Amino acid sequence: MTETLLEVRDIVVDYPVKGFRKPPFRALGGVSLEVGPGECVGLVGESGSGKTTLGRAVLGLAPVTSGSITYRGREISRLRHRERRALAADLQVVFQDPYTSLNPSLTIEQILTEPLIARKTDKQLARRRVRELLDAVHLPSDAGNRLPREFSGGQRQRVAIARALALDPKLIVCDEPVSALDLSTQARVLDLFKEIQARTGVAYLFVSHDLDVVRYLSHRVAVMYRGEIVEWGPASQVTVRPEHPYTQRLFLAAPVADPAKQEQRRAERHRLLALQREQDEQMEINA
Amino acid sequence: MLRFVLRRLASGVVLIVVITAATFFLLHASGGNIARRILGQEATEDTVVQKTHELGLDRPVASQFGDWLSHAIHGDFGASWFTSQPVSEAITSRLQVTLELVIGATLVSGIVAVALGVLAATRRGWVDRLVQLLSVLGFAVPNFLVALALVTVFAIQLEVFKPTGYTSLSDDPAAWLSTVTLPIIALSIGSIAGVAQQIRGSMIDALDRDYVRTLRSRGLPEWRVVYKHVLRNAGGPGLAMLAVQFVGLLGGAVIIEQIFAIPGLGQVSVGATSQGDVPLVMGLVLASAVVVVAVNLVVDLLQGFLNPKVRLS
Amino acid sequence: MTSLWRRLLRNPTGIGSLIFLVLVVLSAVFAPLLAPHDPNTASAYDTLSGPSATYWLGNDGSGHDVLSRLLFATRLSVTLTGETLVIAAVLGIVAGLLAGYYGKFFEAVGAAGTSLLQALPAIVVLLAAKSVLGPSDFAAMAVFGVLIAPAFYRVVYSAVSAVRGELYVDAARVSGLSDPRIIGRHVLTVVRAPAIVLAANIAGISVAISAGLDFLGLGDPAIPSWGGMLNDGFTNIFTQPLLVLWPSLAIGLTCIAFALLGNALRDELERVDAAPKRRRRATPATTVTVAPAAVITHDEAPEKPGTDLLVVQHLSVGYGSADGSVKTVVEDVTLTVRRGEVHGLIGESGSGKTQTAFSILRLLPSGGRLVGGSITFEGRDLANLSEKQMTALRGKKIAYVPQEPMSNLDPSFTVGSQLVEPMRLHLGLSKSDAKARALDLLARVGIPNPGRTYAAYPHEVSGGMAQRVLIAGAISCDPDLLIADEPTTALDVTVQAEVLDLLRDLQRERQMGMLLVTHNFGVVADLCDRVSVMQSGRIVETGPVRAIFAGPRHAYTRSLFEAILPDAEARGALPGITSSGTLGEGVTA
Repeated sequence: MTETLLEVRDIVVDYPVKGFRKPPFRALGGVSLEVGPGECVGLVGESGSGKTTLGRAVLGLAPVTSGSITYRGREISRLRHRERRALAADLQVVFQDPYTSLNPSLTIEQILTEPLIARKTDKQLARRRVRELLDAVHLPSDAGNRLPREFSGGQRQRVAIARALALDPKLIVCDEPVSALDLSTQARVLDLFKEIQARTGVAYLFVSHDLDVVRYLSHRVAVMYRGEIVEWGPASQVTVRPEHPYTQRLFLAAPVADPAKQEQRRAERHRLLALQREQDEQMEINA
Repeated sequence: MLRFVLRRLASGVVLIVVITAATFFLLHASGGNIARRILGQEATEDTVVQKTHELGLDRPVASQFGDWLSHAIHGDFGASWFTSQPVSEAITSRLQVTLELVIGATLVSGIVAVALGVLAATRRGWVDRLVQLLSVLGFAVPNFLVALALVTVFAIQLEVFKPTGYTSLSDDPAAWLSTVTLPIIALSIGSIAGVAQQIRGSMIDALDRDYVRTLRSRGLPEWRVVYKHVLRNAGGPGLAMLAVQFVGLLGGAVIIEQIFAIPGLGQVSVGATSQGDVPLVMGLVLASAVVVVAVNLVVDLLQGFLNPKVRLS
Repeated sequence: MTSLWRRLLRNPTGIGSLIFLVLVVLSAVFAPLLAPHDPNTASAYDTLSGPSATYWLGNDGSGHDVLSRLLFATRLSVTLTGETLVIAAVLGIVAGLLAGYYGKFFEAVGAAGTSLLQALPAIVVLLAAKSVLGPSDFAAMAVFGVLIAPAFYRVVYSAVSAVRGELYVDAARVSGLSDPRIIGRHVLTVVRAPAIVLAANIAGISVAISAGLDFLGLGDPAIPSWGGMLNDGFTNIFTQPLLVLWPSLAIGLTCIAFALLGNALRDELERVDAAPKRRRRATPATTVTVAPAAVITHDEAPEKPGTDLLVVQHLSVGYGSADGSVKTVVEDVTLTVRRGEVHGLIGESGSGKTQTAFSILRLLPSGGRLVGGSITFEGRDLANLSEKQMTALRGKKIAYVPQEPMSNLDPSFTVGSQLVEPMRLHLGLSKSDAKARALDLLARVGIPNPGRTYAAYPHEVSGGMAQRVLIAGAISCDPDLLIADEPTTALDVTVQAEVLDLLRDLQRERQMGMLLVTHNFGVVADLCDRVSVMQSGRIVETGPVRAIFAGPRHAYTRSLFEAILPDAEARGALPGITSSGTLGEGVTA
């Protein structure tokens, strides 16, 4: 087995709740997973499942109450500002909303050089790097002088990906990077993610609510429900023959783009729900 | 709900204590020989020392404030150093006059501002631009200039209203109206402008919300959508603005009363200030603070009525 | 920022007020050169004399030259305003930046300080301060600077705390930028503009306040001031009314100039912001670029005969722009919804599908209107109905289910009252009958505890529940046509499946016609009988769902189908990763 890149062990994240002596909100209740080099780990779940919080905890943007996150064996969940900044070269992010993740008043070049100036890169070098990055995400090389609002959602997401690639990271946390995009754009951006991974060997922690997207891109998949991972394994198993009742429900809930197949899936779903309800009742009786 | 009121009340009391303490310490830290100022240049050094002792000015400031506070809690705010008139007596009757002006101006501004704001937000176009321009001008021109203009035109040239003086409402309602109309108008212009702009802005904001389309899709008539739903949602920021304006009106009244020679708090304030009459200044600060805290409490309650999120949290 | 300046100079009120203010400052600076007389030399023979060749604006009550005093008083006003602004801006902006960016402790201190400073009317505080500090205007206006600082604080604080939550600030953090760098790059830029607008307004207020204090006779009588001159004029208003005029003009015009400048700045700023910074669903995104071509129509399978409920023919929707031209977002759209049939309208963002739906309800966003075609519903052309007739149809005959459940309920009213209102209006029900019917409806749409939801406010129910409430509201008056605009897009997958089931059941049970706007082929496959594919404001292909899914003919439709991710193909484990199939904690299977 190759070395593990990122290892998350029993991570708990509590958010304080406004109001006197209110118990904090537990966004993550003891979650564990790992990401190997060059691997794509999909994190799927519905809203409130804690999938985004897990991504943010890895990036140091969410407060970790307990548990550990190690990157190449080094504990990173409680780093000081300065140490966290040093990690920027290895750990990067692509956010969901390409409209708010780029500062509207900065040019594309200014946005892309942001990680570079943090490292005090020479200006000449930085400019050359910007051209390389634009090329890597298939944007025209003259895009640097323009503002984000001149680009479509898909193009902006390419800029965000280029920014994440600027320092040649080993792991990119992708927080729903294609859910704000149109169908056809979505497919092209997903292919770009695959292409970049094949070329650079970067690993992804890919957060999404869409089982289809996760299945398409991930080697391994974790399914989250109410702050916990309920199923974890190879994509070929979790997203095709799910074992956990929640994953099964999730799997059958997404409508297929085929009237006949969808009718079947709907019937299957109704059968599953009836069965699970029966089991729940049985369990209650037993208990 | 009761807890909400109690909490607000408690924080109001804390605020009042902090403000009076700060004022008290500043007034006493200012130095200067107060006893000498009261007695005049001719007084001997001995009588000055005696007066200083009599007023308790030779004791530590903190214990002086402690005395003042404990007396104040029992309703004794001391007496003016210069006229020996009890502070509560000097303030109460005048506070009533000032409150008549300020509350009158608040009501006028509330009503006119809602009308203008709704009109501008629903009509848009030139109506909107006109209301906006008037608001900018009304907000910009200081109220004492408005007052001077009103006096010159309506009282001196046209002689429609009395230029100066005050008749109490219980004595003669018609004369009262004649004496307070111009001051209230002068006070209101600025706050009408401020509140109308706020209402206009939050109305336009609310009209753009998704739920307005949904309400229209249910076949509700437009007036119902605007006045029942949109105005209620836009009312909160407007009310908050009115509360801010109220505090401003209380200050504005000081100058306006001076112009119209109305015996309100303004006259006492100016006199007490220029003399350095500490007990009277303290009384004035306390009175203003209590009024402001009370108004904010009322506004909070109204906000709770308008917005269920405030009420239930 | 430079462009803001340039645009301000092109704005007539902006340039006008700016020129006036520059003149005011210049006359303050050059007052000693400009003033014809010494401002403090009184000519005892000329008290209260009117304008003359020697004394252009006359003399005041003590015999000073009014023009000279006015010029020197300008000096005072300008310095006092500058002083107030600097104190207020430095204090407010620094505090706002700290509280907005770091939150917590600074936020609490800021909030406490603000409420303390704003608990008293400024004039009262200034009067109290005067009794301590003496007649100096500079000391008093320094205090005023502190008092007004919360205005800057609030503007800066709200701008910064809004930015702090922006994803691009998170991205900058992940990029390794230090806090001062982030503030300089991302935060200050946002604060700059509103702070300048505010500064203009505060300058106006401080001119008024300092004049007010001097007018009350609390200023330093040795220094000429606008307020002091006003006081002198007011004392002599019966003998020499002109004396009030000059200081009034000086004060009034300066205040107005500042206010107009602030307003012009804000207008120009809003114009920048109005540029498409964020895509909004309601506004059309693209113009029509597709060359008009014949719509590909698949043959009707005679499986579901029904009468036409809604016939849209050659519908065009346009938005008027400032230059008078009309931008078309929907062009030549023709479609039919039959009774008891679900017609799907599918397309990507900006395709005009939502605009088509809104135009049928005649609820287009402001600026939008029908520019051509007809919308025939039960024999009447909706395009020609009066607003009143249309209002009577909405809710009763044609109902609407929106996309975002949480933003489509009025937050100030209970769920129940929003359900009852249209029923009382359209069906003439009594209060209690309407309530009973509303409770039935809530139960029908699958809400577990109708009584509780009825009494709840929108923010107390979940998104899935809110969407059920909206569906209940839409069907409450038994409409014939339901227009559903992406009714499941904002919902989680499992909730989406339940809501789709609900919509299908209700539609069958009530034999409603339904126009379903969506971007999801899965939803179309699940619910629709027929589908029209929209691209850039036009329908490119239409027909029965099964026919189109089996053989899409238009290139665009085909490209959409190709973009759907393959259903069964999964990416296997990465070679070298062996820990396959380990189950996480909490796994019960």
